[in-house]
Amino acid sequence: MEKRSDFVSLRDVSKHFGTVRAVDGVSLDIAQGEFFALLGPSGCGKTTLLRILGGFEASNSGSVHIDGADLTIEPANQRPVNMVFQNYAIFPHMNVRQNIAYGLRKDGLSKAEISQRVDEAVATVKLEGLGDRGSHEISGGQRQRVALARALIKHPKVLLLDEPLSALDKNLREQMRVELRALQQKVGITFIFVTHDQEEALSMADRIAVMFEGEVRQVDTPARLYEAPASREVAAFIGSMNFFDASVVGAEGGKIIVDAGPLGKMSMAPPEEGAPVKGEAVTVGIRPEKLTLGEAPPSAGANAIKGKLTAASYLGERNHFFVTVDGMDEPISVASQNSSPMDHKGWSEGGEVWLTWEPAGARLLRA
Amino acid sequence: MTSEAQTAPPAGTIGRLRTVVKGAIFRNAGLRGYILLSPTLLVLLGAMCLPVGILAVYSLWTQSGVEIDHTLTLANYLKIFNKPSYMLLIGKSVLISLTVTLATVLLAYPIAYFIAFKIKRHKIVWLILITIPFVTSYLLRVFAWKIILGYNGIINSGLKWLGVIDQPLTFLLHNPTAVVITLAHAWAPIAILPIFVSLEKMDRSLLEAATDLGDSPLQRFLRVTLPLSIPGVVAAAMLVFIPTVGDYITPQLVGGPDGMMVGSLMHAMFFRANDWPLGSALAIVSALAITVTSLGVWFLTKQARERAV
Repeated sequence: MEKRSDFVSLRDVSKHFGTVRAVDGVSLDIAQGEFFALLGPSGCGKTTLLRILGGFEASNSGSVHIDGADLTIEPANQRPVNMVFQNYAIFPHMNVRQNIAYGLRKDGLSKAEISQRVDEAVATVKLEGLGDRGSHEISGGQRQRVALARALIKHPKVLLLDEPLSALDKNLREQMRVELRALQQKVGITFIFVTHDQEEALSMADRIAVMFEGEVRQVDTPARLYEAPASREVAAFIGSMNFFDASVVGAEGGKIIVDAGPLGKMSMAPPEEGAPVKGEAVTVGIRPEKLTLGEAPPSAGANAIKGKLTAASYLGERNHFFVTVDGMDEPISVASQNSSPMDHKGWSEGGEVWLTWEPAGARLLRA
Repeated sequence: MTSEAQTAPPAGTIGRLRTVVKGAIFRNAGLRGYILLSPTLLVLLGAMCLPVGILAVYSLWTQSGVEIDHTLTLANYLKIFNKPSYMLLIGKSVLISLTVTLATVLLAYPIAYFIAFKIKRHKIVWLILITIPFVTSYLLRVFAWKIILGYNGIINSGLKWLGVIDQPLTFLLHNPTAVVITLAHAWAPIAILPIFVSLEKMDRSLLEAATDLGDSPLQRFLRVTLPLSIPGVVAAAMLVFIPTVGDYITPQLVGGPDGMMVGSLMHAMFFRANDWPLGSALAIVSALAITVTSLGVWFLTKQARERAV
């Protein structure tokens, strides 16, 4: 069967609370079976958008379609969509099985069918043997599994997850990333989840929509979001990046020549949304791990800058350095992998160092 | 040797005693709890256990003329159990109070629900406004109902003015229904608070989860909201039921002969008949009837709640 690329389709969806525009003209297409993340800082409107999909908030304008059906004004209890709530919302007066079976009550199934479906759901989320436990006799991770089973048992077209891992402790969170991803692959249901944790989004999602101030600023795969951010704010939100103010001085063979002050002149690939014109102010961004630290001056022709090492921190699997360069206020941040045990030695703070980078490691950003 | 000398307890009996008490207080959380509770415990002992004890002792004595016969006997209890009119009166009182309780909870629940779920701001103002009538005199409120329900009361004169009736309705006042109406109105604010608390603390995402899983608003109320608010409902029911069984002012003022309750009889025994022992025995039997009924109601709700799941 052909999988629709616009299985979930939002068109120009807006929602305002008083004068605050929580969601501002969002249009998105999410494919069938996709694991999709809504990522952004708190207050960016991602949860409101998820709640609009679930039917818990009414949008002020725009439309929501799922699998071709217009659900814009459909009440939450009629939507082929289920939600895993941030605190899991396990019914405290019911045991695990009763919680999982909750949504099947009115589907007109026989007792035997319900029991069988519950058994399947319990097995899917690996909760075997805990069915008779009370809602207060299970751990946080198990509560999450109950919430997942309770939603998945309804065979929803889309599963919505609101900060699904934020209530778990760190180790469990990392384990559940892998498990959630595996579960989604197994059941094949479209998952849309909300998170403010970029690592979570990068590690689980097929595609990520980055939201700021109620607007979707970029939708892309994790790798492209990280390597080819569309703007300075997206680049700064996902991972960290050193920014250098620059201006366009010319073009040459499809490349743009920019003057990045202390970095000097360099030729760069233009951003996809169009080449900036001569004289326009742009930003050159280089991620810390794309910079290499060296003591000796590099060979001529390489991209290089001289600076002073002001701070070095040893972080176990990597080292982090801060290098100040004449003519720049902010120190440049450099990360290097600790590939040999001795790598963290030999750098004395205050010493003169050279930073080098591959041309592909630097990214031209609009302002 | 030296370290032993340093950790040795202070010399002398008083010093050792101090160490023991200090150790007991420091190590025993239960003891600390009792010490914290001690003011309340003393009040309860003095104002609850002692009077009830005296009542129990009185109930085992008998009244002979103006003297009290101090020989212990169950004669008063046998008298109560063998006199159908007494038992009927206790039964009727329990029944009237159960009706009052039901009416009060049915009245209070929607109000508590409204404040908890529909009022977004200044909930405390609403609660105060609703409980304000409760600070006016109980007697005044009973008289108010007398005026509303009376022969020439507001309802009768209103209906007469509208031409609905020619003669005043006589079934409004001086019967058990008037008692139920008056008591339900008087106790509603007390019932609203525990129900409000149980609804207010409810996690709203549970309600959204129920909706998400396909429940209509009514199904959600019956499957989630109501079962989770049962503790508040039971608390409200107990707060209303227990004190109303013994009430004698309302029955006396609006109840008429049919609306008489056991409290009136107890009042008569202590004052008009001057038979304290029989009055005490009636009080003890009523208290037992209240306890048995309360436990029964509690047990039934528990069962119903488990079945509702």
